[in-house]
Amino acid sequence: MFLQLFVNGLVTGSVIAIAAVGVSLVYGILRLVNFAYGDMMTFGAYAAYLGNVTFGLPLVVATGLAMLAAAALSLGLDFALWRPLRARRAGFMSLFLASIGLALVLRQAILLVAGPQPRSFDVDPYKVYVIGSVRLSGAQLVAIVASAVAIAAVGLFLARTSTGRVMRALSDDRALAAVSGIDVGRVIAATWVLSGLLAGLAGVLAGLVQSTFDPNFGFQLLLPIFAAVVLGGIGSAYGALAGGLVLGLAMELSTWESLAGGVDPVYKPVVAFVVLIGALLLRPQGLFGRARVV
Amino acid sequence: MSAVASGEFWAFVGVVAGIYTLLTLGLQVQFGLAGLLNFGQVGFMAIGAYTMAILVVKEGMSTWPAAPLGVLAAAAAGVLVGLPTLRLRSDYFAIVTIAFSEIVRFVATNEDRLTGGSQGTINLGGAGQASQYDDEWRRFQEWLGGVLHIGSKDVVMLLVVWAVALVLLALTAAAARTPWGRVLRAIREDEDAAASLGKDVFAYKLQALGLGAALAGLAGCFYAWQFSFFSPADFQPLVTFFAWMILILGGVGRVWAVPVGAVLFGVLFAVTRFFDFPPFSYLDSADRAYVRLMIIGLVIIGLVLLRPQGILGRRDEMVLE
Repeated sequence: MFLQLFVNGLVTGSVIAIAAVGVSLVYGILRLVNFAYGDMMTFGAYAAYLGNVTFGLPLVVATGLAMLAAAALSLGLDFALWRPLRARRAGFMSLFLASIGLALVLRQAILLVAGPQPRSFDVDPYKVYVIGSVRLSGAQLVAIVASAVAIAAVGLFLARTSTGRVMRALSDDRALAAVSGIDVGRVIAATWVLSGLLAGLAGVLAGLVQSTFDPNFGFQLLLPIFAAVVLGGIGSAYGALAGGLVLGLAMELSTWESLAGGVDPVYKPVVAFVVLIGALLLRPQGLFGRARVV
Repeated sequence: MSAVASGEFWAFVGVVAGIYTLLTLGLQVQFGLAGLLNFGQVGFMAIGAYTMAILVVKEGMSTWPAAPLGVLAAAAAGVLVGLPTLRLRSDYFAIVTIAFSEIVRFVATNEDRLTGGSQGTINLGGAGQASQYDDEWRRFQEWLGGVLHIGSKDVVMLLVVWAVALVLLALTAAAARTPWGRVLRAIREDEDAAASLGKDVFAYKLQALGLGAALAGLAGCFYAWQFSFFSPADFQPLVTFFAWMILILGGVGRVWAVPVGAVLFGVLFAVTRFFDFPPFSYLDSADRAYVRLMIIGLVIIGLVLLRPQGILGRRDEMVLE
């Protein structure tokens, strides 16, 4: 039972982790808490649905196309909205509020186009893999493999490529990075593309794991994602990865019956927040954040 | 289109604007005065409404002590949330407060025996009881309507809500000019400078948070009375965002900008209901509801782009450095 919950936790946690990295990268570089990220994920899931169900493409191809579509939308929004706001030197509040407005627009647009009914991808819901004492649905297996690959790829990208290093440098100290000759505009564009790709992937995986999704589902996932970002230390990409996995495991393992009867599963999101608040009491800067008072 | 001209309808819009004025006034105290980014205001509103309704239905208490106790419970929740979290950086604090309001909503949805669960207050006294918490309030409304010779329930409510709101606005505006209000603004501008003058920054922030939460609790009570029924679905994070939109729309730091923003928001929300010229007339009513929220989203974005300081605010409040 423990092992099953642990694996479920890994599945939930890795989807949260992927999205949390996307949120954290943008925050680190643009100081923008992107409230529209959940709806970017919804957009990704619906784009993949269009490819997978409407046009009958294999899910892998549809997912790739959905990631590209989300990245394109992400970049387009930078041109249309975030760049003009940067030019006006908009503060934290203005950016946050604009992202709330954007979230509303995106969600209602998806509702308008796709309708409110739940959808699901073209996968066999009855296929179950048994590994030892653990049972995994096909969707869970796909999610766990895809997110392991994505997490490794993002980790390598940030650690080894020059663009990845520049991104981390910029998020550490913007002025210093600009002074040392980094093309800030190019890095910002790259950040939006990466964050959009991750939103598309996380949206599809979340839709797979939940088996059905509707236009509100991305927004409902947003709060655990923010919790993971904060837990890891806002702006730290590695921290967001760790925060996502920790929260996913905490949410699933809290229902373990040997643990004083376990928590009622409906309270899983509450567990995530309680873990978050508890962790912040011990480390106010998050698990990987640097101690500084701002 | 006939409803556009109906006084009854606009009285209703005015009541909602008044309730949002109270809710947003709480944010003005917290953010406009003390610089606290509270994104969980709707949680305090829910605590106020639920405390009042539970005390009336389950404890058989009269409305008149129950409503102040609801306000008190909201204030106490504000202090409890603030104690561990006010030392966090402001962006962390913002996210923790959203988390708090979602926890409140989850608990209200799932603890059927305490709150009636997702069925709402009709279930408060147990299934099939059709519980009402506002008998006494309605009698008061009828009595007041009789005294003032006003037949419409909504118009009476309009007068009561706005009378309360105007008194509280005046009190807040006065409080902002006292030494206490000046210390709060000093904390917003430069926490370290305020601390170096020997001001207990933490205590001041806690007071602002508690007072703002109390105002949200009061808004919750009025919300409960106006609609005679509520459920956890009434307390979505969207309500908090509407309140923030009103705050920014009016102007941050200006107490009297709150009612201006609230009335504008109410009108915007109401008027988009009557868009039945093309292209809106091609859409069915569900789709029109989506378009309405989309328009509100676009207005928020446009406002942030074109007039970040709001209608009555000062520009330097919203710009970086």
